[in-house]
Amino acid sequence: MKLVEHFQYGLNSPICLTWELTYACNLTCAHCLSSSGRRDPRELTTDEAKRVVDELQAMQVFYVNIGGGEPTVRPDFWELLDYAIDHQVGVKFSTNGVKIDKARAAQLARTDYVDVQISLDGATPEVNDYVRGPGSYDMAIRALENLAEAGFTQPKISVVMTRQNVDQLDEFKAIADKYGAQLRITRLRPSGRGADVWDELHPTAAQQRQMYEWLLERGDQVLTGDSFFHLSAYGEALPGLNLCGAGRVVCLIDPVGDVYACPFAIHQNFLAGNVRDPGGFARVWRESELFQRLRQPQTGGACRSCQHFDSCQGGCMAAKFFTGLPLDGPDPECVQGYGEQALAARDGVVIPRSDVDHSRSAPRNGRTGKAPVLLQIGRRPDKACESSPIAGFDPRQVPVAGG
Amino acid sequence: MSTASPDFRPERPHRCSPSVALRPEPFGALVYDFVTRKLSFLKTPELVTVVSGLADHPDVHSAVEAAGVPEEQRPAYLRALAGLKASGTIEERPQ
Repeated sequence: MKLVEHFQYGLNSPICLTWELTYACNLTCAHCLSSSGRRDPRELTTDEAKRVVDELQAMQVFYVNIGGGEPTVRPDFWELLDYAIDHQVGVKFSTNGVKIDKARAAQLARTDYVDVQISLDGATPEVNDYVRGPGSYDMAIRALENLAEAGFTQPKISVVMTRQNVDQLDEFKAIADKYGAQLRITRLRPSGRGADVWDELHPTAAQQRQMYEWLLERGDQVLTGDSFFHLSAYGEALPGLNLCGAGRVVCLIDPVGDVYACPFAIHQNFLAGNVRDPGGFARVWRESELFQRLRQPQTGGACRSCQHFDSCQGGCMAAKFFTGLPLDGPDPECVQGYGEQALAARDGVVIPRSDVDHSRSAPRNGRTGKAPVLLQIGRRPDKACESSPIAGFDPRQVPVAGG
Repeated sequence: MSTASPDFRPERPHRCSPSVALRPEPFGALVYDFVTRKLSFLKTPELVTVVSGLADHPDVHSAVEAAGVPEEQRPAYLRALAGLKASGTIEERPQ
């Protein structure tokens, strides 16, 4: 059995775990996949968060992707960062840069096992601030300048690809090169507030092709969090797992301790349990009914007869779910055009919405079904909003072949 | 025995590198190097036994033998171990 096939049946512990520390955020990104804004009073306390780190250490989860909200606005963020690193849990955290001043940049440069990922969704202030809010471009660039000045080695610049920034790919690469950073690009998902802007902002078919060709040319220099595996149906597979890792190798712990199958699937249907439950995170990961089900072989459904199914595996579960498409059918951005047909045929389908909404415009009493802010020149960053399954490694390049 | 790396001397004592952790998985093990932060895989349970047993044997050959690797598969295992030496997952043990 190939390694990737083993991954389909799930691992003893996740490889890529996203942990969102808070729903609080200083920005209001229009496409925030966790609909962040206000802190949730039920968020894990410092002690509870440290117990989660202890569990991750025991489970040998070697690193986590920390996000939010904006994780650095948690007063105990730096304490938790040190605690994780001291317990053999390396940290990559996503930030809009708000707290990365010269002093913090110097502190980070002195710390081992920490990676910093700055979110930037436009190579120019106009394009970036349209989705991330006024001043957010300058905030990100200032953070990059501070990190470079402090000698921090290779931070990441993380870009969510939209209709407005696909043409800026070369400019993003130039910005990354300028600050000694590594570029990471990820897919826009219709999750959280992203559902409200997806129609307007998701790349066109021609732009998908453009991204695919750009990635084929320089995929080795750019991280993608494996988020473009649906593009593999154009022909040549892109570097990465090319597999939906939800509940198999990937999951999300949200700020209140809820465990979801993936960072793009904050919805009751993909909720596996809570780290506060008896048995903690380990039991949720290993025994939850949802994750057991996701580790069963998938049928492929309507995609089964497609000759490209082996390369795209039907695409992204969350993208299908939040556009009202069946999970065993084509991805809404299927490059063979089946997604567009499926979207057009949705007549009367109720499109699911998450009931987890911490947008500042949402009613204050916790979970509601209310729609978050529509596209506005807002302010709220999303942060880790784009997490990467299996960031940075390609099992095909691993030389270790026993037997 | 020819191996992929001229630096790999299986007649000498070896060990799993101190910066490396192995996490058992159904297919073998996940390998994480805390210094390089690279993730890789050992793709058979026998290879996991070999790598974790290196420190208890005077040379690589005896670790391979002790893990019960069939004779005909040993060249492939030595090639894999040479790759692990090249990537820093295993190293020569100071005598």
